[in-house]
Amino acid sequence: MTLLSFARGPGMQLATLILIAGMFWRLSGILLLRRRVAHAAARNPFAARLLGGGVAIFTRTIPRRTFWPRVGAGVALSYVFHVGLFIVLFGGAPHILVIHEIFGVAWPDLPKGVVVVASGITLAALILLLVRRLTHPVLRLLSTPDDYISWVIVVLPVATGILLSGETVASYGTLLALHILSIEALMIWLPFGKLMHVSLVFAGRFMLGYNFSRKGAAT
Amino acid sequence: MNVISPPPVKEAPPPPDVAKALRGFIADVGPTVALSLESCVHCGQCAEACQFYVQTGDPRYTPIHKIELFKQTYNREMGPFSFAYKFLGLAPALTAETLTEWQDLVYDSCNMCGRCSLICPMGIDIADLVEQTRHGMYEAGLAPADFLGAIAEKEHLTGSPFGLTSEKFRDLLHEIGAAHNVEMHVDEAKAEIVPTVSSIDVKTYPGSMAAIAKILNHIGQPWSFRTDGFDADNVSLTAGDRAGQETISRGIINAAISCGARILVMPECGHSFTEMRWEAANAHGQDLPFRVLQITELVAESIQSGKIRVNKVKQAATYHDACQLSRRGGATAAPRVILAALGVDLHELEDAGDANWCCGGGGGVALIKRAQPLRDAAFAIKKKQIEASGAAIVYTSCSGCRQTLDHGGKAAGWSTTVGSLLELVADNLAL
Repeated sequence: MTLLSFARGPGMQLATLILIAGMFWRLSGILLLRRRVAHAAARNPFAARLLGGGVAIFTRTIPRRTFWPRVGAGVALSYVFHVGLFIVLFGGAPHILVIHEIFGVAWPDLPKGVVVVASGITLAALILLLVRRLTHPVLRLLSTPDDYISWVIVVLPVATGILLSGETVASYGTLLALHILSIEALMIWLPFGKLMHVSLVFAGRFMLGYNFSRKGAAT
Repeated sequence: MNVISPPPVKEAPPPPDVAKALRGFIADVGPTVALSLESCVHCGQCAEACQFYVQTGDPRYTPIHKIELFKQTYNREMGPFSFAYKFLGLAPALTAETLTEWQDLVYDSCNMCGRCSLICPMGIDIADLVEQTRHGMYEAGLAPADFLGAIAEKEHLTGSPFGLTSEKFRDLLHEIGAAHNVEMHVDEAKAEIVPTVSSIDVKTYPGSMAAIAKILNHIGQPWSFRTDGFDADNVSLTAGDRAGQETISRGIINAAISCGARILVMPECGHSFTEMRWEAANAHGQDLPFRVLQITELVAESIQSGKIRVNKVKQAATYHDACQLSRRGGATAAPRVILAALGVDLHELEDAGDANWCCGGGGGVALIKRAQPLRDAAFAIKKKQIEASGAAIVYTSCSGCRQTLDHGGKAAGWSTTVGSLLELVADNLAL
C-alpha cells in the first residue's frame, strides 16, 4: 500500500470515524447535562427567543462599533484567514471534485491563480496571527498547547496545498498524500481542541441570544 | 518595671477549603454553562471590553482568565474528556494556593457588568461564569472579609446586610413618612403592590423610601411595605453565597405572597433586580405568583397608562445605566420613557444603554476595601464620559451606582450632581 492509497483509504476512514465520534461525544457531553429550567417569566415569547438566538448567530459575527478601535485589527486579521480558507476550500477545483464525489453537489470553481493567491494570503494571515499570539500579553496569558497545536494543524493543509499547486518540491503523488494526511490530522484533532468552534460557535451564540432575548436584553 | 503586653496575635484566616470549592464550582453546571466553558477560542477580545484591563493594561484582568479555575475544574471533573484531562494531567487539580491567587480576580476586579459577554464572538456569558465561580470561592471561604463577606454573612443570618430588624424598619418608615409628610403603608393585610428597599437607601439615601411611597400613593392602588421581607439588596448574590441568596429572596417572596401582591417592586438597585427578576424563581421552583418590576419599569408603565402624570422639568441632564438593569436586565428603555415624560434635555453618554461602562462599584466591588484603586480606575472612564456629556446632573436608577458616583465625584472634587431618577419623579408628580 502506498502512502497515497493509505491516505485515501484507511487513513481517511479512520479520520472520519474519529471526527464524527469525537464531535458526537463532546457535543453529547455538553448538551445532555441536566438542564436548569429557567422559571422566571420571560419578557418575550418562545418564537421571539428562538429568533433572538438565530439573530445572535449573525450579529456576533462582527463586534459592536464601539469596540472597533480596540479589537478591529485582530478581528480583521482573523477574518482574512477565515475568508481565505473558505475561498480555498470551496473555490478550488480539486476540493469541489471531492465534495461532488462524496455529496453529489458541485459548483463552478475559481481560477487556479485566485485560489493560489488566497492560499498565500491565508498562510500569511496565519503567520501574523501566530506572531500576535506570541507577543500580545493577553493572548500569551490565555494561550495553551491547544492553541499552538491547532495552529500547526491548520497551517499544514494550507502549506501542503500551496506546494501541491506548484508541484516543485516533490512528486504530485507524494505531495497529494501529504496534503490529504494533513487534512486527516485536522479532522482527528478537531473534536478535541479549539477547532471544535466550527460547531460550538453556532450553539454558543444561539444559546446566548436565546437567553438574553428571554430577558429582553441586547444580544 | 513597666510590663508591656504584647499586641494580640491576629489569627491567620483558615486555608481555603479546596473540596468545598470544587463542589461549589460544578454543582450547577448545565448545558449553557458547559457550552460556555468549552467554547473559548482564546481571542482575548473580552479584555478589551473590561474596564479593569482597559485602565490598567494588566492581562490578569482578562475576563475569561478570571474563571480559569472553574474551567479547569470542569474539564477535570465533568467535561466530556474529563478522563483524559485527569489521567494525562492536562488540567491541574485545585489547590489552596491557586484559589487564594485567584481571589482578587474573581472578586476585586469584576463588576459582573457583562460588557465582556457583549463582545464575545463565541457567545460566552462570562459574567454568568464569574457568578458561578464565586459560588465555589465563597464555599472555600474566600469571599473578601472586609466588607463583602462580612456583610453577606450578616445578611444571611438576619435578612438584612446591616442587621436591620423588622421593628427598626417599621419605625424607620414611620419616621421617614413623618419627616417627608408622606403617608406610609406598612404591613397591611392586603396589598396589590409591595415595594422593597436597598440597604444602601436605608443607610445613605432614606429619601428614596419617601419617594417610593409618594409615587405609589399617586398611582392609587393598594400597596404596602412588608417588614417581614423588605431588604432586597442581596449582597449574598455578589459574594457567591447561594444559600444566603435564596434565603433573602424566599423571605421577600413569602412576604409578598402573604398579602396577595400582584406586583413586587425592586428598588433602585441593580443586582437585587437580577436576583428577584431572573434568578429567584429558580430557587422557588416555579414562576413567581406576581410580577417583578424594577421601580423605573413600574413608573414608565404607569406614565404610559396615565396612572402617573409628571410636570416638565427644565433641566439638562445625563443618565447612567446600571448594568444589571440595562445590559443584563432588559430594562434599558424604561428610564428613557421617564426622562422624556419629564421633558429632561437628555445628553446621552457615549456607549449609553446596552454597551455602557460600569460605574466601577458593581458586583460587590464597592464593598471590598482593598479594591479602591481598581474601583477608582474604572470610575475614571465614567467620569470622563459624564464630563464630556456637558450635563451638570447625572441621574441613575441604582443606589449602588449612585453611591459609587457620589464617592468618586467627591474624591475627584467634582461639581456634577448625582441624582436619583426615582426622587426626580417623586418631586415632580403632577397633582
